[in-house]
Amino acid sequence: MMMNSMKSPFNFASGTIIQGKWHHNRYTIIRELGRGANGIVYLADWNGKKVAIKVSDNHVTITSEVNVLKSFTKAQGVSLGPSLFDVDDWIHNGSQISFYVMEYIAGTDLLTFIKQNGTTWLPVLISQLLTDLDYLHKNGWVFGDLKPENLLVTKSPVKIRCIDVGGTTMQGRAIKEFTEFFDRGYWGLGSRRAEPSYDLFAVAMIVINLFYPKRFQKHGVGIEQLKKAIQDVKELRQYRPILLKALAGKYSSATEMKKELLKLIHFPSAHHQTTPKYQTNKNQRAQTNNTRTRRKKQKNKHGILETILIVSIVCIIYAFYIFEQIM
Amino acid sequence: MKTGTIKQILLITDGCSNHGEDPVAMAALAREFGITVNVIGVMENDIIDEQGVREIEGIARQGGGVSQIVYSQVLSQTVQMVTRKAMTQTLQGVVNQELRQILGNQASLENLPPEKRGEVLEVVDELNETVDLEVLILVDTSASMKHKLPTVKEALLDLSLSLNARMGNNQFSLFIFPGKGNEVEKLLDWTPKLESLTTVFAKLNPSGMTPTGPALKEAITYFKEKHLVRGYLSRHDDEFYEESI
Repeated sequence: MMMNSMKSPFNFASGTIIQGKWHHNRYTIIRELGRGANGIVYLADWNGKKVAIKVSDNHVTITSEVNVLKSFTKAQGVSLGPSLFDVDDWIHNGSQISFYVMEYIAGTDLLTFIKQNGTTWLPVLISQLLTDLDYLHKNGWVFGDLKPENLLVTKSPVKIRCIDVGGTTMQGRAIKEFTEFFDRGYWGLGSRRAEPSYDLFAVAMIVINLFYPKRFQKHGVGIEQLKKAIQDVKELRQYRPILLKALAGKYSSATEMKKELLKLIHFPSAHHQTTPKYQTNKNQRAQTNNTRTRRKKQKNKHGILETILIVSIVCIIYAFYIFEQIM
Repeated sequence: MKTGTIKQILLITDGCSNHGEDPVAMAALAREFGITVNVIGVMENDIIDEQGVREIEGIARQGGGVSQIVYSQVLSQTVQMVTRKAMTQTLQGVVNQELRQILGNQASLENLPPEKRGEVLEVVDELNETVDLEVLILVDTSASMKHKLPTVKEALLDLSLSLNARMGNNQFSLFIFPGKGNEVEKLLDWTPKLESLTTVFAKLNPSGMTPTGPALKEAITYFKEKHLVRGYLSRHDDEFYEESI
């Protein structure tokens, strides 16, 4: 429970119209999507299109998050966070309320999705997350406050998306926002400096959270407690190697962690229906690999021949030149 | 913009002051010296009464800082958040001052168009990361704080961890009130790391009243001493943040 000494949060009814003071766009509120310490997110209609609007009495929060979303846009193709559509202020009852408008991401939060659809989806979703994180890291950012509540899974196609960029920090700086369970500082396993390994630690904790939905507090030596938590759950044990490596901060990139995650996945050999399919896939892949290497070898052979030809022609021409000089 | 030093007093208490000068007046005095006063009210199995709440909010308001009243479970996160928020507030005050100098008396961050605001905020963010910070921590050690002290210790260690991830330098100092024999007692001199907290806290024996006002007054004096000495050594004017907001 927290008693705020700051301004009281607002509550806008459905149908309220938000009109921007600078860009004059009009948005009609449909319903509230969520509220946090920083502000409230509403589902709204913008000329027939569904968008999400985040409002706050604190324009600093809004501006900071907009700066992050803008940098996502600069790094093209980043699909982890929502796209930014508009930033503006709204004059309501004499006071100025800042807001920004972003893509509305409809989906289920990660924990609920896994509960409903099973842990088969776990490696896929984590792999998607690691791909997007890698992109973010290569652009000089660290996500910061990674946790299942901030991760939604959309359907058709199934894709993991992040819906809260409040904790995103530039690499090298101090992490601005964090949640203890996912913060390596809390577990005594690293600093709060923004670097890729900070996010990868959080990813490992997200996997652990999926099997310990109630989370747990730190008692004693962090890493020993976490090792035991992994050991105590059968399904977690198969991810043990990558989890331990991520918790120790030994991965240099999200891609490295993803590669090792995918290597860990093994297909069940108990069911006969699945086995043949897997084998033909493997064979097909092996065949294409072979043809590819063969073609490459042929290409190499051609290259060498051409080089020899060119060198010999040059030598002959030079020989004629010298011959001429002597004569 | 000069990156001076941000000076803060972080007051952690669980109730109303009942001895000595009015803490709200002391907080106003601190502000005149360019020191921001932030207050965190801690509850555990008790609740801070209305008078206590009003006092806590009053101290922060007069001190130009941030206040929060929370249960001890979330103390660590609160301490960090309050310190950072107060830093941003101070820096914004400086920025607004600069803006007024450039754009005239009506200028402020709120009145800039969103795009410009974004650019200015990037500068504030950068300052937030690089500015030097001095935090003088005042911990209430009256009788009712007995069971809350371990959590306070964890929260302060955590604060040091967070702030040391920044590029700017940090200096912390720790005072308790009431102290042994005095109203206020200094436990830690200015230091960049708070590791010695653990040993220091182990020896604490909470008892007695809550002389919040005298504690604040002592804190202001300690800040003055620090900067007086520095003044002699470097002839550097870092009273830049006097008119914070």
